[in-house]
Amino acid sequence: MATILAVDDSASMRQMVTFTLKGAGYDVQEASDGSEALSIAKTRKFDLVLTDVNMPVMDGIELVTELRKLGDYKFVPVLMLTTESAGDKKMAGKQAGATGWIVKPFNPEQLLNTIKKVLG
Amino acid sequence: MSIDLSQFHQVFFEESFEGLDIMESSLLALDLTEVDAEIINTIFRAAHSIKGGAGTFGFMQVSGFTHVVETLLDEIRAGDRNIEQDHVDLFLQCVDCLRGLMSDLQAGSEPDMTQADDLKAKFEAILAGGEDVAESATGTQAGNQDISDGSTDDAGEKGWKIEFIPCDDVLCTGNEPYRMFRELQELAEDGEGNGLEVIPHLERLPEFSSMHPEMCYISWTIIVRADIELSEIEEIFEWVVDDCDIRYQRLSECDLSTLEIHQAVGSLAEVADIAAVDNADTAKEEINTVPPIAPVISEKIEKALEESAVKIAPKVEKKAVTKAAENTSIRVSIDKIDGLINMVGELVITQSMLGQLGQEFDVSRLQSLQEGLSQLEQNTRELQESVMKIRMLPISFAFSRFPRLVRDLSKQLDKEVELVMIGENTELDKTVMEKIGDPLVHLVRNSLDHGLESVQERTDNGKSRAGTITLNAYHHGGNIVIEVKDDGAGLNKERIRNKAIEKGIIGEDEHLTDSQVYDLIFQAGFSTADVVSDVSGRGVGMDVVRRNIAELNGSIDVSSTDGEGSTFSIRLPLTLAILDGQLVKVGEEVYIFPLVSIVESIQLEKSMLNNITGNQFVMQLRNEYVPIVSLQDIFNIEGEKKDLEGAMLVVVEGDNEKVGIVVDELLGQQQVVIKSLEQNYEKVDSISGATILGDGTVALIVDISGLNNKSSEKKSEDQIQAA
Repeated sequence: MATILAVDDSASMRQMVTFTLKGAGYDVQEASDGSEALSIAKTRKFDLVLTDVNMPVMDGIELVTELRKLGDYKFVPVLMLTTESAGDKKMAGKQAGATGWIVKPFNPEQLLNTIKKVLG
Repeated sequence: MSIDLSQFHQVFFEESFEGLDIMESSLLALDLTEVDAEIINTIFRAAHSIKGGAGTFGFMQVSGFTHVVETLLDEIRAGDRNIEQDHVDLFLQCVDCLRGLMSDLQAGSEPDMTQADDLKAKFEAILAGGEDVAESATGTQAGNQDISDGSTDDAGEKGWKIEFIPCDDVLCTGNEPYRMFRELQELAEDGEGNGLEVIPHLERLPEFSSMHPEMCYISWTIIVRADIELSEIEEIFEWVVDDCDIRYQRLSECDLSTLEIHQAVGSLAEVADIAAVDNADTAKEEINTVPPIAPVISEKIEKALEESAVKIAPKVEKKAVTKAAENTSIRVSIDKIDGLINMVGELVITQSMLGQLGQEFDVSRLQSLQEGLSQLEQNTRELQESVMKIRMLPISFAFSRFPRLVRDLSKQLDKEVELVMIGENTELDKTVMEKIGDPLVHLVRNSLDHGLESVQERTDNGKSRAGTITLNAYHHGGNIVIEVKDDGAGLNKERIRNKAIEKGIIGEDEHLTDSQVYDLIFQAGFSTADVVSDVSGRGVGMDVVRRNIAELNGSIDVSSTDGEGSTFSIRLPLTLAILDGQLVKVGEEVYIFPLVSIVESIQLEKSMLNNITGNQFVMQLRNEYVPIVSLQDIFNIEGEKKDLEGAMLVVVEGDNEKVGIVVDELLGQQQVVIKSLEQNYEKVDSISGATILGDGTVALIVDISGLNNKSSEKKSEDQIQAA
């Protein structure tokens, strides 16, 4: 099954995302901020990265920028968890190389549907 | 599938409360003259997380409210708006309000939204007042539709023709056109249409030598033959709409027949062939990393079709709904747990060593037995300490509310106050911590209200404008000492005295030492504030503080210097579970006195004794007269009554009153584990608990303050009898 790296500084969101994705059979690894995610990504290639935008230490946009610099992650889908109100964040994310976004709040079904569409 | 989100609620509440704490402390740390962007960012992030989580976990009231808070923060963060003092105050109110909402939700009750709605209105007013109301980005859909979605023409074929011209680097954002085709295919299937045609245009494909493997040179015409809404198609291209040129046209409005397109471009299979040849020629390894695009479209669509037939519907076991109960859990650092595991390991080793010794024991090995036992004693003590440490939390948990409290109060009272906190890492038992919170708040309020002078008064007296309140915590012996210190005017002895006379607490001619005067403030019904203020001075104060502290087996003292300020010192046992006790024997019974309350032990001499009435004796101890009580009388212990002269006397102090207790014998001192009598039997006057001694017998722990009250009752009974 596909591997997913889930990045969020909020423990509850992380747990919810992981629980949902694991329940659907995906292999999920968690990271609590961008820099942790980046160091995990360097050791292992994931099929998809799912990241929050607002995080301490390294935010989601910087994470995408850094990921795209890695050979392994040139074309890997990176989805951002963002809020409806943060239109400029979506654009900044896209410019940094994010594939797309999932709008918060979302429910587990919406999350899974999007992930399934991207991973096929 | 359905997932029970309530299993994440507890974690969400915990992190939200943490987030609110962070918001509060950051807001307090904010210096408006020089705004630190990182602090604003931190506040924003906390609000943002709460909003996101609340929305996700279905707490719409909270997310709706937090949304306006976040919007204002975002404008401040983006530099569209300057943060003002009013904003900070409003944000702080929001923190309180959100705490309330969260607590209600955590307790499983419907939150009261009155305050939230009120605050929300205020925020909306601020937001509306701004010239630069940020336009919602969601409304600005790219203006690439020149077709009206509304007019459904019955004539002609149902469906859409899509011109999809992606930008060159669409692949570098992880967006594979193939994914969109697959989704369109599914959409067409759902719409019971005739399927999908994807026609690639290869005109822009450069010479192989100049081809960059990461670029996308192909564009597509897509024919969706199904009765679907444009919005559904737009959704599929949502992520790429800004980087691509996309045009939609109703099939019924197309001037080009689909047949013509076919002829013009050629069949899909041919295209696949061309592309495949290109691929084969590519020697560069890099090109392998390019995701497949046109070549395998038809093949993949078929595969996708098969896959979509087998709907993946994983079932998730529904976990039992755990009621969001009150927070009875405790966070323990890994270090402490590791320490504990270590201790248990040691204990197991000692136990097996002793076990082995017991199996083949003879007298010659007595010494190893003794060594083993002392080892066991040490292990047990260390284990006990480790377990106790688990309940210990740094006092910063109790201190953390004070910056906010002092800020709000000083504003309210129009005083300038600096709060200094020392020893925040000093650890204290969780239960003691919970119970000491309110008394501490009372003391700090008092110091701020009564202790510190007004700015005018301070400057007149050559003091700094801002007063200082210092909270200091440190360990002293087996106790923790918490000091609340102010650099105000000090306790006004004259005023306290007059007030006490007025209230009839003391007589007019009574001569009191300084400490006795200070002690008056702890008397019930005493309040020195000339005007009863909002803040303190309702007269239900210091007596309650002292009683609460006494209930924790602690004590409170006050010292004061005129013009320099006063200090309240609270002394508390580190834990309520274990007590350092002095074992004493009365008749055949063993009692335990808390070591902290023992002043001294002396042997009575005749010269010290004074008989007041009947059986009532007092003893002159240096400059004081100390009443003498006999446990034998109070607890009705059988046995012959001994003469007071030459008797062993333990002088104890509780509620700032000394009393001498006659005992037969002083036994050892030891740490005892307190067992509640109330839980196991019933409440007994003058007894605070019980413990089990090494030989298995039960010994009662004497409640010194209770005993004091009891002895004074007895005194008055005796007086009545004597009269």
